[in-house]
Amino acid sequence: MSITVFVPRDSSALSLGADLVARAIVGEAARRGADIHLVRNGSRGLFWLEPLVEVATPEGRIGYGPVAPEDVNALFECDFLHGGDHHLRLGLTEEIPCLKKQERLTFARVGITDPVSLDDYRAHGGYRGLARAIGMSGGDVVEEVTQSGLRGRGGAAFPTGIKWKTVLGTEAPQKYVVCNADEGDSGTYSDRMLMEGDPFALIEGMTIAALAVGADHGYIYLRSEYPYAKQVLDEAIANARDAGYLGADILGSGKRFELEVRVGAGAYICGEETSLLDSLEGKRGMVRFKPPLPAVQGLFGRPTIINNVISLASVPIILDRGWKYYHDYGMGRSRGTLAFQLAGNVKYPGLIEKAFGVTLRELVRDYGGGTATGRPVRTAQVGGPLGAYLPVHQFDTPLDYEAFIAIDAMLGHGGIVVFDDTVDMAQMARYAMEFCAIESCGKCTPCRIGSPRGVEVMDAIIEGRDRQHNLALLRDLCDTMLNGSLCALGGMTPYPVLSALRHFPQDFGDAPAKGA
Amino acid sequence: MILEENAQLEAVSAIVAELKQQDGALLPILHRIQETLGYVPEMVVPAIASGLNLSRAEVHGVISFYHDFRRTPPGRHVVRICQAESCQAMGSVPLTEHVKSSLDVGFGDTTDDGAITLEPVYCLGNCACSPAVMVDDALYGRMSASRFDALVQTMKGGK
Repeated sequence: MSITVFVPRDSSALSLGADLVARAIVGEAARRGADIHLVRNGSRGLFWLEPLVEVATPEGRIGYGPVAPEDVNALFECDFLHGGDHHLRLGLTEEIPCLKKQERLTFARVGITDPVSLDDYRAHGGYRGLARAIGMSGGDVVEEVTQSGLRGRGGAAFPTGIKWKTVLGTEAPQKYVVCNADEGDSGTYSDRMLMEGDPFALIEGMTIAALAVGADHGYIYLRSEYPYAKQVLDEAIANARDAGYLGADILGSGKRFELEVRVGAGAYICGEETSLLDSLEGKRGMVRFKPPLPAVQGLFGRPTIINNVISLASVPIILDRGWKYYHDYGMGRSRGTLAFQLAGNVKYPGLIEKAFGVTLRELVRDYGGGTATGRPVRTAQVGGPLGAYLPVHQFDTPLDYEAFIAIDAMLGHGGIVVFDDTVDMAQMARYAMEFCAIESCGKCTPCRIGSPRGVEVMDAIIEGRDRQHNLALLRDLCDTMLNGSLCALGGMTPYPVLSALRHFPQDFGDAPAKGA
Repeated sequence: MILEENAQLEAVSAIVAELKQQDGALLPILHRIQETLGYVPEMVVPAIASGLNLSRAEVHGVISFYHDFRRTPPGRHVVRICQAESCQAMGSVPLTEHVKSSLDVGFGDTTDDGAITLEPVYCLGNCACSPAVMVDDALYGRMSASRFDALVQTMKGGK
């Protein structure tokens, strides 16, 4: 009987040599005549342990990590195929504390299954949500999603069910479902992990959405920086189509849904939904005025559901287990779970799916183990390049959409970038402006002109030229961008800038900040 | 040179003919052209425009909007270094300085031997393994100056 060995095909695992490890294991097994079955799974999200090799044993899956190609011979010597002892042995993967304490709903299968195996997907509860949805009316499916409390996981946190309801209620000869997989925020990688580790969850979620509102064509708009995710998605879509989960007659329902992947071209702004739609139409990714909402006039002028990867991939479990199951997680108006992503200067970086309400301190200290450099944590930027920098004394704020808004911050897509005490916050504020200048679509003046001016003002402040005057100018500029920009890029670039200024005024010169 | 241009135009015409029927065809067409030719030469813009019934200005506008589309031929390898916050927190600024000085190029430039084009990138989704670098389509995490130098040796040695 062959022994199943798992070596992830997740981008991050590959970036640390997972392919070389897989090759070494296959070669060594052949040399020794060991009968193994190699599965290229997604990542468990414990990146300090990647490449994390697992072996299926009668007791459960035993993990070894981080494994380098040169460790492979020793692993065979220690009989790792039967869970043998070795200094890289981690015991049962499920029992690793950082994994065990999580609440994995959307990521329930990621790292466990073969991402492109439909049999594996179904064996782990896949396509039960779609089966139930097919027997329901579109209105009932939309109601189920609304009741669950699911809000847009891309960052804006708009109730998903409300978007769907608008599309359902708009008459049109053609409707679309679009997945926003343009995950451009630094510090975020949950979309990528989900697409690489459990692409069928996204495909199933999109199919449920399409059937509910009467859309027959879907697009996954994937950023070009994710070539591995493209391979996995293409493979999974082909497998789903072959098995009748996509195509002209979904599971004998008589309903059609076609799905394809489109690749972006390196523009951060295309993560903004209307800009993404323009890009899908083959144009410059320029932000549109709203209204009309995409739910009314979206892709090619047709009613369009446009949701983030994690929002859509959370739909199958909601349909499968019922809205209440999902709604029972979380706090306040933030229901369910969020896949937090620990990144930057952190000892144990990785994906932590938890119910809303966990604190930043728990994530950074208890899960993250502090900084990788061993120096004190100075700040964490939450929510990507448009998110605020939080000082350590705010780390007890519960991770909840409203609680973050209350402290002039935002949860966004759940990315947390940790910095140690060597960070220069004036440089980070300058970078926020610079990034906005590089990525602005150019449609509105506050963003297009404001951001290069912001870089200049920051340069003056950093060089100490007329500092008080320039600090006042910076605040004024931020106020204009905040209130006058067309979308969140120009409108939220002031968040990192002003939070850096407010919480770390000493980095902006000796004089204490006034009015910040 | 003329011959080469003809070959490029022929390739572009075939790509346009193959892909133009799909909705929103311009980006897929530009991606395929860049995959095939390594860049999108200025002189193929009219062929794309007429194939899609767009103005040349519209096609030019799209090519120039997106960071991915190159208008000059790249080196044999394209190296992209992440400049975003997570990688900055793990030393991408000194790493980038090292890369620029050791290759003796700035962003957008190609080394004299034509081996490597250096480009910035803003997030590769490898933020748990910062700093991140992408060489062609291969991703690398926890990059250091010495690991980068070793990578350069393999790039300059091989093809």
